[in-house]
Amino acid sequence: MKKAALSGAGLVLALVILSPYLVMVLTALKPESELRITPPRLTPVRWQPANFVAVLTDPDFQTWLRVSLVVALASTVIVVVAATPAAYYTARYRFRGRSAFLLLVLITQMFSPVALVVGLYRQFFALDLVNTYASLILTNAAFTLAFAIWILRAFFASIPREIEEAAAVDGCGKLRALVQVVLPLSLPAMVTVVIFSFIAAWNEYVVALTLMTDPSRKPLTVGITSYVTAYVQHWNHLFTASVIAIVPVVVLFALIERHLVGGLTAGSVK
Amino acid sequence: MGRRGPRRWQALLWLGPSLTLIAAVVVYPAIALVSASLSRYSITGVYQGSVGTRNYARLLEQQALPAVVANTAVWVTAVVAVTILISLALAQLLNERFPGRRLVRWALIVPWAASLIVTAKLFAWIYDYYFGILNRALISLHVIAEPIDWLGDDATVMGAMIAVGIFVSLPFTTYVLLAGLQAIPGEVYEAARVDGASGWRRYRSVTLPLLRPALLVATVLNVIYVFNSFPIVWTLNDRNPGFAHDTMITYMYKIAFKSALRDVGLAGALGVVNVLVILLAVVVYLSTVTWREAEA
Repeated sequence: MKKAALSGAGLVLALVILSPYLVMVLTALKPESELRITPPRLTPVRWQPANFVAVLTDPDFQTWLRVSLVVALASTVIVVVAATPAAYYTARYRFRGRSAFLLLVLITQMFSPVALVVGLYRQFFALDLVNTYASLILTNAAFTLAFAIWILRAFFASIPREIEEAAAVDGCGKLRALVQVVLPLSLPAMVTVVIFSFIAAWNEYVVALTLMTDPSRKPLTVGITSYVTAYVQHWNHLFTASVIAIVPVVVLFALIERHLVGGLTAGSVK
Repeated sequence: MGRRGPRRWQALLWLGPSLTLIAAVVVYPAIALVSASLSRYSITGVYQGSVGTRNYARLLEQQALPAVVANTAVWVTAVVAVTILISLALAQLLNERFPGRRLVRWALIVPWAASLIVTAKLFAWIYDYYFGILNRALISLHVIAEPIDWLGDDATVMGAMIAVGIFVSLPFTTYVLLAGLQAIPGEVYEAARVDGASGWRRYRSVTLPLLRPALLVATVLNVIYVFNSFPIVWTLNDRNPGFAHDTMITYMYKIAFKSALRDVGLAGALGVVNVLVILLAVVVYLSTVTWREAEA
């Protein structure tokens, strides 16, 4: 009896949460002519899955998709390369400045780039890096670094030292111990970091909006908003593109769901 | 742990990539922000010399400022408070075992994983005066007789934005509180049950106090996230002229980058104020969490 009530409540809750996204999918399947009818309908009269073909073959959409992929992948690589040694060293060794370093990392996590956007823009403007991939990639990487360091550091700390000490006896240096012994054991943490960094960059909006004004350099988040402006209102294409952009991300996110809280709350919730 | 001298250089080597990234993309822009707040720029962004603290004085003279600060307070307080209340109930539900629990967890992933700009655009469409499904649904249910211009009416736009802010904040908050609930050992409840405490009493006197650390973390992090939030207010408020419904973040952005204004110095001054607000929240965060750096 109690279980049935809980299931019922859960089902209603899931429906409420998903209902806006249901509107998104249904609008994505409407023909242009059905967007402006009164009173509005939830479902299409004529279903038009061809919207997906139209968007996927739109050269602009292909450009945004390419930019998003390049930026998200490059930023993920940078995050992994920078976070791994820092996480490993702070997990394994005590040294002067360790607390200061971790505090600095924690503070960067609390800042979203939008708070610094005027400074970011001045800096990239002065370096002539506005409208370059580098500016967007580095910014995305810097602001997901903290999450990556927390996740990896907690994982490295859970690996028994003895395993590395055995490697040290074999004459392995620290770096080789990390690469050959620790990293192969750290695959689950690495997957979490890779997926999280990729999604963070994939979803980033305000820095891209500010730095990437050249139409050929806009990522998806900024690009798709041009389907609906003061002059054109292709809401169906906006949501077709949105569905394409968020479905893979939702699936990836579901895979790492269990590990997110630890990384986002910096080990304070146990 | 032995040798000290070489270790310090070694640490620099291992932390080097991270330190470089933070220095180049967080610390340096923060310095650039402060320097922008003390300078004057042409509308095309050319530096025109130092002006001392004049931008700060000008900021205080802006007619829009009091409303913007009030909006920010309302936006942050309402979104965080309601999010926490709803998330407490959601976390309690997800802490039970029942058929379909996985479905709820997956549903909760969607607003978390979806880009905020996409969700914001989606709600702009749902709230649409003529073609939005919300007015249609409320009229069919006889909740309202006439359609409401949710995003165009001064009386409703802030409430409409707050609702979306809550919607996107629920997943993270629920997950944090759920982690907190799962950390409470079952024996605690057993003991309370033996003592004959009723459900609500048990919740108030056992669960809530033990959930305090998770609640504090969720509250402070949400305050920071919601204060920093950009896409929702930017998108849902984009039809309205002026700054009547802006927060300190979107107001700063408009001053800096909207073509007609382009006042980098003034935006820099507000940016510095925003950074100080966040730093204050970080200090609160650090004093509430047990800083577990010493472990490992």
